[in-house]
Amino acid sequence: MRRAVITASATAAGVVLLLSLKPHDAAPAHAISSANGGGAAGASGTSGAGTGTGTGATDGAQSADGATRTLTGSAVNTRYGPVQVKVTTAGGRISRIDVIQYPTGDRRDREINEYAIPVLNQEAIAAQSADIDVVSGATYTSDGYTRSLQSALDQAGE
Amino acid sequence: MTADHVEHVMGTVFSFAVRDPGPETGPAVRRIVERLHRIDALFSTYRPESEISRLDRGELALAEADPEVRRVLERCAELTAETGGYFTARPGGRLDPSGYVKGWAVEEASRALRASGSAHHCVSGGGDVQTAGGPWRIGIADPHREGAVARVVTGHDLAVATSGTAERGPHIIDPHTGLPSASFASLTLVGRGLTRLDALATAAFAMGAPALRWLAAKGVRALAIHPDGRQETTGSWG
Repeated sequence: MRRAVITASATAAGVVLLLSLKPHDAAPAHAISSANGGGAAGASGTSGAGTGTGTGATDGAQSADGATRTLTGSAVNTRYGPVQVKVTTAGGRISRIDVIQYPTGDRRDREINEYAIPVLNQEAIAAQSADIDVVSGATYTSDGYTRSLQSALDQAGE
Repeated sequence: MTADHVEHVMGTVFSFAVRDPGPETGPAVRRIVERLHRIDALFSTYRPESEISRLDRGELALAEADPEVRRVLERCAELTAETGGYFTARPGGRLDPSGYVKGWAVEEASRALRASGSAHHCVSGGGDVQTAGGPWRIGIADPHREGAVARVVTGHDLAVATSGTAERGPHIIDPHTGLPSASFASLTLVGRGLTRLDALATAAFAMGAPALRWLAAKGVRALAIHPDGRQETTGSWG
């Protein structure tokens, strides 16, 4: 049971991360603010993990490949509380993920987050380094797709 | 992949990525998408007016059905024979060739892209993948960690079909017992043509434990991920 809860929590935060992993140089702010409900990515925000509440923000240098950039995602309401992440990219690759807001309602939440968020960091970076084109997995429904890695790949052009 | 098109159809999602787009690509994708919706209208078990629903209720005679419906049901019957009954167009007693139709629709989409001049593309539908050209890097979803990849398969002209319980729970019925099969968390097959591969994946999933040996004997490469997370492959996998 504990394992199931951890997975659910990781998944909720994973949506935020995946929505934020947009290497498109041209439109980072748009990519992230789409968690608020605009476009294809918005469907992820509404069906998977609740509705985004903040607005996307970009700071750091807007410059050529190789530059370090920091993207702050919208806060997304999950069933465990709001989750918000900051992603640092270098040369279009994720170099660091900081979770700047996560549920801390009770001791159990803290236990879950201490475990889930570091693991999630590793997984998000590992999945990116695998550099895959497409995912084969158990049949998803139209709704499940919005939470899938395939959905993230479809949105993240390279 | 950068999806050139994403289409919600047949209760799932189809993604298209074309690496060698030309002037014919856009119109070809539009025609393919129209065809997918026609296939859904003919074959959906969720639509009471589909030919499959009407055949099941006895309101439509097979001889009067769309030629495409007849061909699909013939092919399903051949696969039932090949799989010793583990693949069937009547998995829960009612007529439901969905286990064939999705993989077939994805492969048909790839065939149509080829006909439009594309030699490098990837089509996925509900987690089943048909590629042309390459190399393509195909991640196999880890059924125990949503969003994570268990393995990566790289190659040219590959089809990859996965059956599993990750999203919908145990739902693949063993036709011989009438009970859902839960031997594997997921079972992935790698080959050339998705239509047959997808049907074999469904059959092998229902078969359970003996499936890997059965697939190996057919020369089909497979990766099983067991409910305890253990991974097992046919000898030919690597």
